[in-house]
Amino acid sequence: MVMKTEPLVLNIGPAHPSTHGVFRMRATLDGEVIIDVEPIFGYLHRGIEKLAEERTYQQFIPLTDRLDYVSAMGNNMAYCMAVEKLAAIPVPERAEYIRVIMAELQRIASHLIAVGSFLNDCGAFMTPILYMVREREKIVDLFEMVSGQRLTYNYMRFGGLSQDVPDEFLPALRKFIDQMPRYLDEYDQLLKENEILLARTKGVGILSKETAINCSMTGPMLRGSGVPWDLRKADPYSVYSRFEFDIPCGARGDSYDRYRVRVEEMRQSVRIIRQAMEQLPVGPVRSKTPVMLIRPPAGEVYSHVESPKGELGFYLVSDGSIAPYRCHIRGPSFINLTALREMIVGWKVADAIVIFGSIDIVMGEVDR
Amino acid sequence: MTRAISGEELAAGLEQRIPGSIIGTSKESILVNNQSLLSLAAHLKTEPGLEFDFLSSITAVDYYDYFEVIYQLTSLEHNHSIVLKVRCHDRENPAIPSLVGLWRGAELQEQEIFDLMGIRFEGHPNMKRIVLWEGFQGHPQRRDFLSW
Repeated sequence: MVMKTEPLVLNIGPAHPSTHGVFRMRATLDGEVIIDVEPIFGYLHRGIEKLAEERTYQQFIPLTDRLDYVSAMGNNMAYCMAVEKLAAIPVPERAEYIRVIMAELQRIASHLIAVGSFLNDCGAFMTPILYMVREREKIVDLFEMVSGQRLTYNYMRFGGLSQDVPDEFLPALRKFIDQMPRYLDEYDQLLKENEILLARTKGVGILSKETAINCSMTGPMLRGSGVPWDLRKADPYSVYSRFEFDIPCGARGDSYDRYRVRVEEMRQSVRIIRQAMEQLPVGPVRSKTPVMLIRPPAGEVYSHVESPKGELGFYLVSDGSIAPYRCHIRGPSFINLTALREMIVGWKVADAIVIFGSIDIVMGEVDR
Repeated sequence: MTRAISGEELAAGLEQRIPGSIIGTSKESILVNNQSLLSLAAHLKTEPGLEFDFLSSITAVDYYDYFEVIYQLTSLEHNHSIVLKVRCHDRENPAIPSLVGLWRGAELQEQEIFDLMGIRFEGHPNMKRIVLWEGFQGHPQRRDFLSW
């Protein structure tokens, strides 16, 4: 008997725990195999780029926190660097070092959430993410110490920081930095050669080197495919050229490689923070230039940083007034979705969740 | 350090290859003629010594008289960059060629520009709204779209 079959359209999301926010995939299934997928987003679109045009430069800093809200410090830094480049505002040494420390702590925090929820998606339900949130909590405590906030920090200002770190910060940071490598070892012991994890992720969702470059992928996605491209090395900003660190790379570009790249990056971040603490100079944390109502000279600037998810860029156009004429945000999460179809088509539904989890997106940055 | 290639320097070489393609230059950007955008971009992508294989960002700015689309190109191999600009003077029905055929990374970004700025990219495989819903009136990123 010949059975009549037809493709089935399945909506995954927008309100589904594995879609990490309000992301929706419209998957077309042939049995259990995905034959087409279309990403649909916009549920969190707030028009942040438009809001920037209606605010002064300074008023926009708190809104950058709400882009990639798992990595608010990095967003602050990227935006402040763009305005500083536009208006030629100097930044004192100490502020640069503290910024690097914050950005690297934030990278660890963001990767912990990324890896934790990725493992959650693999079916290691709640145990790994519980451990990783435990460590992230310590970072969040450190951020609360310096800024008073636990998620949206609004800590950086043009020409430096809003305030210097309190006295108890550095001892607490040192304690955390000494503990962190041991926690990472613990995770590796549990997961690195875990049979189930290997079976679920090795060879799943392969992204070739050529496709990754052609699709403008950045961050762990690009490095997982074996391209050693990290803006901290390729185009060093702030004081990154003074630190020694490696760029972890994958070989095959599968989900497992991306997971490994994130774990290894956390180790490198710990290395950077340790060096930054040793070299941390004394001095002011804010330049004398008044920045409350700056009017940068007419012109345009593109400035980018390596955020935990990839290249975060700000394109600012100034017409000499108190508000930006145009502010475009190049969000890495958004552009990393370009290759979603390539990676997912041909895999089963359960694998699609794993592959999607390995991209690590935050909807605040995708929709903006 | 990523080396920003001087627009003037690059334009001199390009003008010989594709005559009439360059309208203007600045220190780190070249302003390209609409019609020759595709051939020029293909040239930039494949020419040995240039090899801009990575399109890092696309954005559009509304200057009232014209729209400007800005491409940030990088070469991962040579670690240098250039800014490509295209202008579009038609406000009612602006259109420029799509670069998806050369860099897939342009796909979602061009869709976003179409959605928010209203510039149509000819040759794009899926030219429809991306963050706003179908049926939304207007393009909010334009300067004359008031949000209050």
